[in-house]
Amino acid sequence: MTATTHDAGTRRDFLYVASGAVGAVGAAAALWPFIDQMNPSAAALALATIEADVAAIQPGQQVVLKWRGHPLFVRRRTETEISEAKSVDVSTLPDPLAFNHNLPDNAPATDANRAIKPELLVLIGVCTHLGCTPTVATPTAPQGEYGGWLCHCHGSQYDTSGRIRKGPAPRNLEVPPYSFLSDTRIKVG
Amino acid sequence: MSGPSTYNPKSGLEKWIDQRLPLPRLLHDTVHTFPTPRNLNIWYTFGGILTFCLGVQILTGIVLAMHYVANAGLAFNSVESIMRDVNYGWLIRYIHANGASMFFLAVYIHMFRGLYYGSYKAPRELIWILGVLIYLLMMATAFFGYVLPWGQMSFWGATVITNLFSAIPVIGGHIATWLWGDFAVGDATLNRFFSLHYLLPFIIAGVVGLHIWALHVPGNNNPLGIDVKSPQDTVPFHPYYTVKDAFYLCLFVLFFAAFVFYSPDFFGNPDNYIPANPLVTPPDIVPEWYLLPYYAMLRSIPDKLMGVIVMGGAIVTLFLIPWLDTSRVRSCRFRPLMKQFFWGFVVACVLLGYCGAQSVDAVKFGVPMVWVARIASIYYYAFFWLILPIVGLIETPKKLPASIAQSVLGDSAAAAAE
Repeated sequence: MTATTHDAGTRRDFLYVASGAVGAVGAAAALWPFIDQMNPSAAALALATIEADVAAIQPGQQVVLKWRGHPLFVRRRTETEISEAKSVDVSTLPDPLAFNHNLPDNAPATDANRAIKPELLVLIGVCTHLGCTPTVATPTAPQGEYGGWLCHCHGSQYDTSGRIRKGPAPRNLEVPPYSFLSDTRIKVG
Repeated sequence: MSGPSTYNPKSGLEKWIDQRLPLPRLLHDTVHTFPTPRNLNIWYTFGGILTFCLGVQILTGIVLAMHYVANAGLAFNSVESIMRDVNYGWLIRYIHANGASMFFLAVYIHMFRGLYYGSYKAPRELIWILGVLIYLLMMATAFFGYVLPWGQMSFWGATVITNLFSAIPVIGGHIATWLWGDFAVGDATLNRFFSLHYLLPFIIAGVVGLHIWALHVPGNNNPLGIDVKSPQDTVPFHPYYTVKDAFYLCLFVLFFAAFVFYSPDFFGNPDNYIPANPLVTPPDIVPEWYLLPYYAMLRSIPDKLMGVIVMGGAIVTLFLIPWLDTSRVRSCRFRPLMKQFFWGFVVACVLLGYCGAQSVDAVKFGVPMVWVARIASIYYYAFFWLILPIVGLIETPKKLPASIAQSVLGDSAAAAAE
């Protein structure tokens, strides 16, 4: 056997690097199942869809449903609440995007873009700050300065369109994908 | 100080073992003859107390795991069954729950002691860093443990803390989902938190081993902050400090027992006796007392990402202290200016803790608490990033004593002992 040496490295150097590289790829591949098992399982991923009859909800009233483990707000707004929400200049909002899954991502946060029918607001009841459930304002117990919701955890305030107005939350309350099956029945998901 | 071993195996069996696994030699050198500064005060007994706390948490935790069920539908009732049905279950759970508070109380005293006497300075930087790592692991363990009873505070505390990760741009939402194993905190989350809550204490025990190993290379710092210069400066660890540690441990256990037997829910939150409800957030979410200062920082910043950065930075800063302090004098006893800033720091931490326990829009004594939290947060950061570096440069320290023996025994006695 004759040892050949080259400036670019020996055959043995190549074998070291090559086997090390194969080992590293193998180790990373073996690690992946242990990381990915933490992600939602097939059962959790199975798309959850709910249907609800909204006829009984009175103006000014909110009902809370459960959708994908989260509270789902369905609020029938009064005329005053709607006109209040409409009068807001979108350019003054902390989050100018509608965050409505029924619309393109870049839709502006006008009140019209926040609900399919103006009187019925359907929102995921999860504060976009750290995930608490905001408390809805009622005529006897106002929550915050904007007549919508106040999150008691860290003080985020939402208006009657569920848009963030004050506090640490970065985004408007999320509008889930939903549709009207009839005048009084909605399907979420 | 970890000089040559003084272990001298006598019997044939001891010699036989010593040549194969020198464990008796290790124990002899580290807990028996280990030369320890003769002037250690009460604040140096908390290392032993903390080891005791870790042991108590592991022992009671293993027992609780025999009766607990990590399932979102059963967890709350299984804890109630521990409290009502399991023999002495109430005692073991109350020891475990209050033990967490005692553990943190002891660790905070231990950390403030290290800060005051400059125990993080060369050559003890790694001891300090390992200590901060233990503290971080303790917070993670305590958080996972607090989720397990699956009460309202468990659930919403888990929701808020895991949502902190969603502040990370772009990938934050995916990280939160990955932590939950679902689209919200739920059964998958509870199960993995139980698994990690069981694992982490043993990791902590491992890092504690490293912490003590690193301590035994330069030996203990001491209230004077000066190096050991001669054997007159030290006494053997046993019996001097085994007995001193044991005495203060007894006092500590009395204090601990007073809570367990007379006010077992003192540190708890009544809302955690309400089963978890994903649709209703309690009016005020409050973490356990030992996390309140960080919580106050988070809430004092009106921006999600910045709040999370400020809170995380407060902990990351602790790792850097050995290099932020420019003074070569260790102990605050000889640092008249630093001593005042140190007590200011203690006050800032207590104020932050107080603010963290108030509701978000609270006004006390005509002062909005969020502003108190902001000022205290600024002081917290300024203490480490401005005061520690600058005071070290401008301060004139007092004269250091010649040796520990001279300081403790006086000039003549120290000379006589020579």
